[in-house]
Amino acid sequence: MAEFTLPQNSKVRPGKTHAAPTGAKRTKKFKVYRWNPDDKKNPQVDIYEVDLDSCGPMILDGLIKIKNEIDSTLTFRRSCREGVCGSCAMNIDGTNTLACTKAIGNVKGDVKVYPLPHLPVVKDLVPNLNTFYAQYKSIKPWLQSESPPPPDRERKQSPDERKKLDGLWECILCASCSTSCPSYWWNGERYLGPAILLQAYRFLVDSRDEATGERLDNLEDPFRLYRCHTILNCTKTCPKGLNPAKAIAEIKKMMVERQV
Amino acid sequence: MAAYDIIDHTYDVIVVGAGGAGLRAAVGLAEAGLKTACLTKVFPTRSHTVAAQGGISAALGNMGQDDWRWHMYDTVKGADWLGDQDAIEYMCKEGPAAIIELEHYGVPFSRTDAGTIYQRAFGGMTAEFGKRIIQRTCAAADRTGHAILHTLYQQSLKHDVEFFIEYFSLGLIMENGVCCGVMAWNLDDGTVHRFRAHLVILATGGYGRAYFSATSAHTCTGDGNAMVLEAGLPLQDVEFVQFHPTGIYGSGVLITEGARGEGGFLVNSQGERYMERYAPNAKDLASRDVVSRASTIEILEGRGVGPNKDHVFLHLDHLDPKILEERLPGISESAHVFAGVDVTRQPIPVIPTVHYNMGGIPTNYLGEVLIRKGDDPDCVVPGLMAIGEAACVSVHGANRLGSNSLLDLVVFGRAAAIRAAQVVKPNTSHAPLKARAGDEAVAKLDYYRHVKGKLPTAAIRLSMQKVMQANCAVFRTGEVMAEGVRKLEEVRQSMSEIGVTDRSMIWNSDLMETLELDNLMQQAICTMHAAANRKESRGGHAREDFKNRDDANWMKHTLVSYDKKTGKVSIDYRPVHAYTLTDEVEYIPPKARTY
Repeated sequence: MAEFTLPQNSKVRPGKTHAAPTGAKRTKKFKVYRWNPDDKKNPQVDIYEVDLDSCGPMILDGLIKIKNEIDSTLTFRRSCREGVCGSCAMNIDGTNTLACTKAIGNVKGDVKVYPLPHLPVVKDLVPNLNTFYAQYKSIKPWLQSESPPPPDRERKQSPDERKKLDGLWECILCASCSTSCPSYWWNGERYLGPAILLQAYRFLVDSRDEATGERLDNLEDPFRLYRCHTILNCTKTCPKGLNPAKAIAEIKKMMVERQV
Repeated sequence: MAAYDIIDHTYDVIVVGAGGAGLRAAVGLAEAGLKTACLTKVFPTRSHTVAAQGGISAALGNMGQDDWRWHMYDTVKGADWLGDQDAIEYMCKEGPAAIIELEHYGVPFSRTDAGTIYQRAFGGMTAEFGKRIIQRTCAAADRTGHAILHTLYQQSLKHDVEFFIEYFSLGLIMENGVCCGVMAWNLDDGTVHRFRAHLVILATGGYGRAYFSATSAHTCTGDGNAMVLEAGLPLQDVEFVQFHPTGIYGSGVLITEGARGEGGFLVNSQGERYMERYAPNAKDLASRDVVSRASTIEILEGRGVGPNKDHVFLHLDHLDPKILEERLPGISESAHVFAGVDVTRQPIPVIPTVHYNMGGIPTNYLGEVLIRKGDDPDCVVPGLMAIGEAACVSVHGANRLGSNSLLDLVVFGRAAAIRAAQVVKPNTSHAPLKARAGDEAVAKLDYYRHVKGKLPTAAIRLSMQKVMQANCAVFRTGEVMAEGVRKLEEVRQSMSEIGVTDRSMIWNSDLMETLELDNLMQQAICTMHAAANRKESRGGHAREDFKNRDDANWMKHTLVSYDKKTGKVSIDYRPVHAYTLTDEVEYIPPKARTY
């Protein structure tokens, strides 16, 4: 009979519980994934009871409060705390989003916090995003044009042409969408994923860019583009309200159009 | 001390920091063929440049006639005559070319109907030497910093810039007054690295997190400034801290001045547009120090809004919802998320919030770090440059104009790369470093890694931030700042009781925050001392006991040095450059500053 083993570290154990300080009236349980690369143990879920009366409104406020007052070993990325830098993307209450713009009040029951799924974990809530960044570079995400721009003036672009970039250029590369995509989970090495394809489309529709053909050639591949099966988790989860699924559909349309 | 294996690297130039200035420099260095590495403690697009909203100034003249000399006048006046006019001339004159370059790189600027870059009104930006408000600030909606930072990162990918991402810099390697490299800690695998270079360019940003409430990101801890202090070099004009008039009450999240540029205005509890009283001409578009003082006075005199009368309202609800959607989508979202406000119907609760450090590492307009040596106040420190918010060129003097910071980043990022290419020839060989170079930095890391005191880092940091917030705020007096100096000394001494619980080397953010606190503390102390020392009011430094600007005694840059062992601060001065770079413009003599 075939024997199956689970991948390393996929068994998550119960961890420590840190009770709320005595006298706390309004508390919330944060159940947080912990994994330390040094101790060779499997991951665990630690429970922290947070006093909401002395905590800011967002999940990130809760995590920072835990780090500041309860357990300074808790490790996560954060920077801008206003939803623009993309550092604190994680899986909260079952959904990938930014800890800094997700309100604690919008989570019913305990707050479960895990790293972005299906990425190697470096420590606790810090995933390794190197492949994601390499995929970004692979689409040559910079403006390419043969015709030289006017030497001392900007290139012209009409407001309508510029409008085509809206909903695309605002992406903060937080990777919430890509790591919510089952297709990316299975083929993350070869399928570019929604975030990167959204950026590919950002250059495809920029009126100033002249590398449309090469860009489409680079995507014409069974995996890079066509592993999108319109599951739409990406659009549902995007913390910036962008629509990567639509961008991918538009790229597919461009592929078809250039063949006829 | 535990043994640490050190991994050595050799480059022509090291850039520390990958925000707007660091990336622009790195791109220029790569173009010049210099072997360049860029070290950064966060992935480049997470740098705080990403949070800049309103725009980037330059006299492009897309919305009507403009002239870089007008821009220069506004900047000199905004700086309250503490800026160096040679550097200001350089920045304003290079401005239009810098914007065109960004557009050619691909920045998705908003557009006018003519297809040119859209420009909006901003505080202190005027035509014909103060006569009327002008639209000079180039915008990509209200996410201009995001647009520029991402585009610069894209350019750095195009030019194959070599990055060391999530490397935390620990200290400069100095030999006989020459900077020879930098030590860094790789968070990802816990290794320690020694980067040897002919030139180190610090682009490490400001230290807003020295205060309790700041628009700055958690990562704005001025690590480069602290490395400079630890190398025995001074910082300049650190007493000048900009309070942005419109941080969201409670969270401190920024609402761009562009909101007022598009027609928004501030009101007090009586529904009065009080800026009309304080700045009859520019009103809500007076420069930031002026508006922040006005709001503070309104609150202090009991005309604040809210249950505690401790903030004011910013109205945008009279604006066309289409304008809000097109030009201010980001702050509409921030107001909703962080204040629960629908900007089309309700005002945003705001309060003056720490935003920017005018002071920093003294440099000339080429980006070279300066010290005072004998009679020479502009002596270059070999091997060391600084750009961006970390630097004090000084183009912002005592108060920065909104949208001049993004310009500062790209203009001086580019200038530093040009200068580096003149100073360093590609692949010049390196003299060997002294044995154990960089050991001090490793010893600092090791000390904090194992320190077992009873006070958590967060507790000491909070004490420091509270002192800065209470004793070095919008309005200052000698007495309050003397108390601040005393209290900060107590906080500094409590650092001997600090405790770190995470002992690992991989992604030890407990340790990193402690090293950042160590950096912040030095800058907080320098800021408080420099502020207590400057006995006048100028730009962002407003003293109730010395209400006027005093050009005879104080039109000079403060140089502040810090002895970490004793906590002692020493103060010296440099003259302000009272000359321009070329004869294309005349020196702008000081006069009374009204808006």
